[in-house]
Amino acid sequence: MPTDKRKVPEVNSSSQADIAFSLLIFFLVATTMNVDTGIVRVLPPIPDPNVKQEDIKVKERNLFLVFVSGSGNIMAQGEFIQLKQLKDKAKEFILNKYDEENLPEKKETEIAMPDGSKWVYPVSEGVISLQNTRDTGYQIYIQVQNELTRAFNEVRDEVAMAKFGKKLKDLAEEERGVITKAVPLKISEAEPRKIGK
Amino acid sequence: MAVMKKKGKKEVPAISTSSLPDVIYMVLFFFMVSTSMRDQDLLVQYKLPDATEVQKLEKKSLVSYIHIGVPTLAMRAKYGTAPKIQLNDSYKTTKDILDFVAAERDQLNESDRASMTICLKADGGTKMGIVADVKQELRKANALKLSYASSKVLSY
Repeated sequence: MPTDKRKVPEVNSSSQADIAFSLLIFFLVATTMNVDTGIVRVLPPIPDPNVKQEDIKVKERNLFLVFVSGSGNIMAQGEFIQLKQLKDKAKEFILNKYDEENLPEKKETEIAMPDGSKWVYPVSEGVISLQNTRDTGYQIYIQVQNELTRAFNEVRDEVAMAKFGKKLKDLAEEERGVITKAVPLKISEAEPRKIGK
Repeated sequence: MAVMKKKGKKEVPAISTSSLPDVIYMVLFFFMVSTSMRDQDLLVQYKLPDATEVQKLEKKSLVSYIHIGVPTLAMRAKYGTAPKIQLNDSYKTTKDILDFVAAERDQLNESDRASMTICLKADGGTKMGIVADVKQELRKANALKLSYASSKVLSY
């Protein structure tokens, strides 16, 4: 019987490509690809106005003052320096390798290790204070923040290398916590000085 | 000569396009997986500052954005070229940041509120004055985790 042999015609699939294309274009337009990256900081909380604040006295040797002027010049410890010098200056300050008199004190601190033991490490008491004017450009401010972060990251890498024999980024979460306690990120951002306009 | 006889045009067979949809679908799935939906229109222009020590912002749902920059070309006639703060879909002032943070925080789960992060996307040419005002408001709003958005470069 001829009717039995009639085959169902194949569905034309040539337009499937067009459908896929239009979906693709929709996604290209409606989505974003970029991953947000940035320098992460934790702001200090606003002090409670009802509680009387005692001025925290920081010894001069424990303070590393960085000032960024409105014209983008950088002053560290009273000296005019270039951006490139800043990282090494900050590192020298954080590390204080030879326990010099004019560099920050260290305080022997017990840090709990992930395996339950204690590790005594001389944690630096130094604080980096970053000041700027209202006129300072955001770009130079970020670059200074970046250099300071880099200084801390390099110090942490060195400590991690000495302690665990690995770089910071290769460490496990708990070990990283140990290093973060040994080298705390102490950058204080003062409110800008009212200099100039 | 017997061999030369076949002179008729030997047509090149048409390339089959039946696998083209599959290829396109593969590209499509790649884009679906690797991108995220654009959620707001930008009313300000900015070029992020460069930095080398950047960290990725994980968990986009915990991140709220504050944009600071010069109004886009279409908006300039109305708003001028002074840097503006954009929250959600409109220009705002520093005073609105408290409400903005509170609203953003309300959208999050109770357990996630502590890890809410503010991503500050500001133009490299902005003055620190406006940024400092924003930072001060964020401190007041108790939104202390802040990320200064910057694009990653390998070195200056």
